[in-house]
Amino acid sequence: MTAASNPILTVERLSMRFGGLIAVDELSFAARRGHITALIGPNGAGKTTVFNCITGFYKPSTGMIRLSHTDGRAYLLERLLNYRVAKVARVARTFQNIRLFPGMTALENLVVAQHNVLMTASGFTFAGLFGLKSWHLAERAALDKARYWLDRTALLQRADDPAGALAYGEQRRLEIARAMCTEPVLLCLDEPAAGLNARESAELNELLQFIRTEHGTSILLIEHDMSVVMEISDHIVVLDYGVKIADGTPEAIRNDPKVIAAYLGVEDEEVEQVEAEVGL
Amino acid sequence: MTQQAAPHARSQPLQAALKDAGLSALIAFGLFFFLIGLRTEQGPTGALEITTRLPQLAMLVGAVFAGSLARGLLFGRDAIGIGRFIPPALVQAATRIGRFAGPALLGFALLVPWLFYDNRYLLDLGILVLTYVMLGWGLNIVVGLAGLLDLGYVAFYAVGAYSYALLATHFELSFWICLPLAGILSAFWGILLGFPVLRLRGDYLAIVTLAFGEIIRLVLLNWQSLTGGPNGISSIPRPSFFGLPFVDDEGSFASTFGLEYSPTHRVVFLFYLILALALVTNWVTIRLRRLPIGRAWEAMREDEIACRSLGINTTTTKLTAFAMGAMFGGFAGSFFATRQGFISPESFTFGESALVLAIVVLGGMGSQIGVAIAAFVMIGGFELFRELDQYRMLVFGFAMVTIMIWRPRGLVATREPSIHLGERKAVGAAFVGQGQG
Repeated sequence: MTAASNPILTVERLSMRFGGLIAVDELSFAARRGHITALIGPNGAGKTTVFNCITGFYKPSTGMIRLSHTDGRAYLLERLLNYRVAKVARVARTFQNIRLFPGMTALENLVVAQHNVLMTASGFTFAGLFGLKSWHLAERAALDKARYWLDRTALLQRADDPAGALAYGEQRRLEIARAMCTEPVLLCLDEPAAGLNARESAELNELLQFIRTEHGTSILLIEHDMSVVMEISDHIVVLDYGVKIADGTPEAIRNDPKVIAAYLGVEDEEVEQVEAEVGL
Repeated sequence: MTQQAAPHARSQPLQAALKDAGLSALIAFGLFFFLIGLRTEQGPTGALEITTRLPQLAMLVGAVFAGSLARGLLFGRDAIGIGRFIPPALVQAATRIGRFAGPALLGFALLVPWLFYDNRYLLDLGILVLTYVMLGWGLNIVVGLAGLLDLGYVAFYAVGAYSYALLATHFELSFWICLPLAGILSAFWGILLGFPVLRLRGDYLAIVTLAFGEIIRLVLLNWQSLTGGPNGISSIPRPSFFGLPFVDDEGSFASTFGLEYSPTHRVVFLFYLILALALVTNWVTIRLRRLPIGRAWEAMREDEIACRSLGINTTTTKLTAFAMGAMFGGFAGSFFATRQGFISPESFTFGESALVLAIVVLGGMGSQIGVAIAAFVMIGGFELFRELDQYRMLVFGFAMVTIMIWRPRGLVATREPSIHLGERKAVGAAFVGQGQG
């Protein structure tokens, strides 16, 4: 087994309780390196809670989240302070309700994302303050990277427009570009196709495939749009009421009676049988 | 459709305007009855007697009614848009001139001591304006860039002033050694304030910073053995021209340069000193905006959670904003101490914080030139209306309300991007966040 075939992310018995509410209950799954793993489930299934635990915004009640880099270093994400998940473990994320910096231009959004690299290059501000050459070179490199991602997301024309003035689909793409500017090993996308039309969804599929194949970034995806999920995911994990009800390839998930039951419901007479299968 | 609806729509605004005007007049009557309508005077026996001033009351209520009616007829119930009375050509011209406003103001500031050499009053006023420009620029880092509402900024001004005063009087250190020390001490207090307020936002942050300002003032007032309490610290050493004092003596500035001694030399020196300090503040802020730390400040103002998702340490980012703002406040404070030669806690009341914050908000948060113009207008204007004595605050308040109606986001509300690929375009005010504070 090479390092590349190891799972990049292993979630073990992750639980998240909010008071009496158990949002995620003993969830275990693994995301493989270089794969697109989708996390699906009906509304309120706890998908975003899992995301928030992985990206350090929530501290899970119990459980372990292990992220391993190709060089063998591993991080226990539940122990890292929120911003360190992005900085040290290199996990980037986007948000369900887009969180850009609306008053900054698209270009600035992408440059802000390279904060930690630039901070070091600017000698923690001192070298930058006096305009040393090393700083100018680093800034130019940051600009080039921003330009590359703007080009990839077809936003080059809008580089100098405020992010808040972009159209909805453009904002979604910009958020992905911004996340990619942090050079993540794992990219977590929370409903990237929400609010996109069919053409934009198709473009999104292409973009995600590109990120996966060209940049080798593993992707973890929450999505409701099945045209996106089924087409691009290598592996799907299905959640319902905080519990994993299925885990497998898109074909397997598509035909799984538990998943169908969770999404579509079942006939009255079948309820008991399905409940027994699910283990209620 | 529109033509049919027109007669109907025309009769309604009058009705609505009359109703609004009546309501305003009623509120005005309720307010002014006690404020204007009644007056207590000392009678011949020494007892207080109530006299009425009904004609004045009627005039005021009438004025409110007429004003409200006019407003209702002109604007309906919409917000007053003074902007629509300004021809677009004028706005364009103003924008074009605006680009030269910075260099023009700087040129003017450099020439002030030459132009008004004989006018001590104007030179002093210039120094005062520049002090507030510097304070405004310092606070602009915290409020305008990082979006943290700080109502206790005067605390750092006080720390700087007392640091200089104590260091200079006790250890006889020169101004040029005390200045950085005062800045460092203020920055240290900025970080100290920063820690407890890291988790606070908006109103809560404002309240804690307000309390911090008051705590510093009360400590200065009550720690008699160190600060002299309400008596303050007097005979603070005046600045010297790199070791040459401004006195009528041998080895002084005047005798070294073969000039005839004049007390104005010191004033001119102080003027250029504060101008230099303010310009350093400005230069550093402009540089920082183009560095990762400055961009992180602005990003934090726009969305703190997104910042964390990008691996930006918002704790240190906030603390550096507080420290940087506080440091410039401290520089301004030590300049204040050396200029006055005497400081007491009375100079560091909440009113000062509010004034500096008003300058930043009126100027447009985050805009350097806007803050400078606002400081010039506010401090200069305040002096201009000195003859109006008790009506001065009234005029002042009226002017502020007018500006806030006309330009709710301040004089310069647009934001200049810190970096650009193609053509540099200002970011419209509607998109720029104001921070959670």
